[in-house]
Amino acid sequence: MSEKQQDGPRLTFPHPPARPGERADFSSLDIPEAGALDVPPPEIDSIASRPYANGMIRVLNDAGEAVGPWADYVGQVSDEALLDGMRDMMRTRAIDTRMLNAQRQGKTSFYLQCTGEEAIGVGFQRQLQAGDMNFPTYRQQSLLVAAGYPLEALMGQIYSNDFDPLQGRQLPIMHSARDYGYFSVSGNLGTQYVQAVGWAMANALTRNGQIAAGWIGDGATASNDYHSGLLTASTYRPPVILNIVNNQWAISTYTGEALGGARTYASRARGYGIPALRVDGNDYLAVLGVAKWAVARVRAGHGPVAIEWFTYRVAAHSTSDDPSAYRPKDEARSWPLGDPIERLKTHLIARGAWSEERHAQTEAQITDEVRTVQKEVESHGTLVDPQPMSSASILKGVYAEMPPHLIRQRQDMGV
Amino acid sequence: MTMIEALRSAMDVMLARDERVVIFGEDVGYFGGVFRCTQGLQKKYGEERVFDTPINESAIAGMAIGMAAQGMRPCAEIQFADYMYPAYDQITQEAARIRHRSNGDFTCPLTIRMPTGGGIYGGQTHSQSPEALFTHVAGLKVVQPSTPYDAKGLLIASIEDPDPVIFLEPKRLYNGPFDGDHTATSQGWAQHPAGDVPEEYYRIDLGKASVRREGAALTILAYGTMVFVAERAVRDTGVDAEIIDLRTLLPLDLETIRASVEKTGRCLVLHEATRTSGFGGELIAEVQEACFWHLEAPIVRVTGWDAPYPHAQEWDYFPGPKRAARGIARVMEA
Repeated sequence: MSEKQQDGPRLTFPHPPARPGERADFSSLDIPEAGALDVPPPEIDSIASRPYANGMIRVLNDAGEAVGPWADYVGQVSDEALLDGMRDMMRTRAIDTRMLNAQRQGKTSFYLQCTGEEAIGVGFQRQLQAGDMNFPTYRQQSLLVAAGYPLEALMGQIYSNDFDPLQGRQLPIMHSARDYGYFSVSGNLGTQYVQAVGWAMANALTRNGQIAAGWIGDGATASNDYHSGLLTASTYRPPVILNIVNNQWAISTYTGEALGGARTYASRARGYGIPALRVDGNDYLAVLGVAKWAVARVRAGHGPVAIEWFTYRVAAHSTSDDPSAYRPKDEARSWPLGDPIERLKTHLIARGAWSEERHAQTEAQITDEVRTVQKEVESHGTLVDPQPMSSASILKGVYAEMPPHLIRQRQDMGV
Repeated sequence: MTMIEALRSAMDVMLARDERVVIFGEDVGYFGGVFRCTQGLQKKYGEERVFDTPINESAIAGMAIGMAAQGMRPCAEIQFADYMYPAYDQITQEAARIRHRSNGDFTCPLTIRMPTGGGIYGGQTHSQSPEALFTHVAGLKVVQPSTPYDAKGLLIASIEDPDPVIFLEPKRLYNGPFDGDHTATSQGWAQHPAGDVPEEYYRIDLGKASVRREGAALTILAYGTMVFVAERAVRDTGVDAEIIDLRTLLPLDLETIRASVEKTGRCLVLHEATRTSGFGGELIAEVQEACFWHLEAPIVRVTGWDAPYPHAQEWDYFPGPKRAARGIARVMEA
C-alpha cells in the first residue's frame, strides 16, 4: 500500500449535535415561526411544494395561540374535540408508562414507547374514515388509541396472554387490528411502506373511496422499500399518504446518517415527484390541519403526498436501549418544539377551555383507568406469572388449511 | 399449446373469471413479457388489470402483498428467478407470515411467477434454481410444473389459493420438452400429449405429485426439466424406474413418494439446483425417515454442482441424462 496523500478526497461522517456529557444543542435547527406558511391547493405538484418541504408548517406559537393560514384551515375545532385528542395523547403516554414499568418488573419481555410523538398518530387518525388503512411501524400505538382500540386487546398483545388477539405469536407492540385501520406490524423495517402503496392501488382499482397511509421513521428511510414506496406511489399515483416520522434518532444513530446531504426528508420525497410537506409534529393543531389537507387531497384523487413529521424521540429506543450512552441525558428538555401534550395544554388554557387543575385531574383519571385495565389483563397471565397458551396455536394459521407436514408436526407435539 | 401459451391461457381464464385478479411485472404489460407469457392480456383486459412496473423486485412483491391483503388476487412476475433476491425480504418476512403473525386478521393470496432453471446458456443470473430458498420458508407454497397441461392447471390453482405461492416456471420447457440432449433437434409441445391443453378453466390441486412413469425397480423424484431428463435416462438404461414429478415442492406429496419407494425400495433424487442444502437434501431426509425399512440401497442425488452456474461449461454443469444414468446405476448396484 502506498503512503497516504495529505490532500485528496476525504469522507464525511455525520455527527449528532451533542454526545453524553456535552450540553444539548439544537441551535443549528432552523425552526420557522408558527403561521409562516400558507395552505397550498390540494392538487399541488412536487415542484410547487418546495417551500412546504423545506420549511415547517406550524400553528401553535410559543404563547399557545393558533396562528396563520393553517389555523384557519383547521377551522373551528370545538374545545371538546381538542380535549378528546388531549385525552388520547395522555392515554397513550399513560399506557407507555405502565407498559414500561411492566417490562421493568419482568411482566413482559419488551416494550417501545412513543413519548413525545403522541400528537402525530392521535391527530392523524382523527382525519381518517372507516376503511382507511394505516401501515404503521412499531411506534404508532397512538393511532390505535385514537381509533378506540380496546385497551384490553392492546395490553393483552403486550402480555401475550389470552387477551392477545394474535395468540402470543408476535413480539410485544407488533399489533394487528384490521377493523381499526391498523395493518399488521412487522419487525422488518420499511417493508410496510410499499405495501401501503399496493393497498392504496387496490383501493383505486376497486374505486372503494378508501385511502392508505404508510408510516416510516427517519432511520428506516434508508431502507430499500422507502425508495420502492415513493417510486411506485409516484408512478401509479394511488390514494396514499406517505408519512415520515423524523424523531432525530434511529436507536443510537443520529438522523444525519439517513438524511445524508439532503436538506429534509420531505425534500427527498419531492425528488420522486411527490409533493411533500414538513410539519411540526409536536403541534397538535398542525397535525390536525395537515392530516386533514392530505386526506382530502388523496381522497379526491390528486395523487400521493409525503409528510415529514418533525419531532423528537424522548424515550429510549426500546426497553433494551440506554440513550445515555449516545446522547445527552437532558436533550429532550432542550428540544425546541417542546412536548405535544404541554403545548396543547397551553393552547387550551389560553382558549379558556382548560386549566392546570383539570389537566392534573384528567391525568390521574386516565392513569387510573389504564391501571384498572392493566390489572384485569395481568390477571390473565404475564411473563412472571404465565398462564399456558395452546402450543397447537403455533402451527395454526401458517396456511389457510393445515397441510400434511404440519399435521404430522402437530402430532409430534402431542397436542 | 406451448407452456408459454398454457400459462397465458391460465392468466386469461383467471382475469376473465375473477375481477380481483391483476397481473403485473417488468415488461408484462404492453409488450407482453420477455417470454411472451402475458402477450395480448393488457389489450384484452386493460391497463388496470395488466400493467408494467418499475425495475424493482421488492416493489413488485411489496405492492402485490398490499393488494393481496386488501382483497385482490395479484399474479406478479419476476423476470428471472435469479432476480428475486431484492424481493426476498418481502416474500419471506412478509407474504409468508402475514396470516400467521396477524392471526388471520390479514392474508396474502398472491402468486409470484418466476422463470427458473438452466440449460439455455443463461450463465450465472439467467439459470438459477432457487427453490430451496423458498421451501425453507414456512407459510409459502412452492410449485414447479413440467408440462403445458400442468402449468395451466397449477397456475389457476395457485392464483385461487388463499396463501402466497411461488410459481417457478422452467424456461427450458417453455417451448418444448427437453431431456438434456442438447445435440438433438428440439421438439415442440405440439408433438407431446401434455401439450394438449383445454382452452377453458380447469385446475390441478396443489400438493399432489404426478406419477409420470410407473415402474418397480427404482423411484426417481424430479420436477421441472429434470422430469424429462429422468425419462431419457430411464430409456437409456432400461431400468424399470417409477418417475414422480413432484409438481408442488411445498407442501410435499409425501404419500405418493412413500407408496412408490415402499414398492421399489430404491430412490434417486434429481434437480438442477446446487447440491448442498438443496431441496434434494430435504427429499432424501423425508424418504429416509418414512421408508427406512423398505430401502435396499442408499438414496442418491444428482444435482447441479456447488458452483455458480457457468456459461461455457453449460453441459458439464446441467445434470443431463448421462449423469442421471450414472446415478441410476449407483442406486441399482448397491
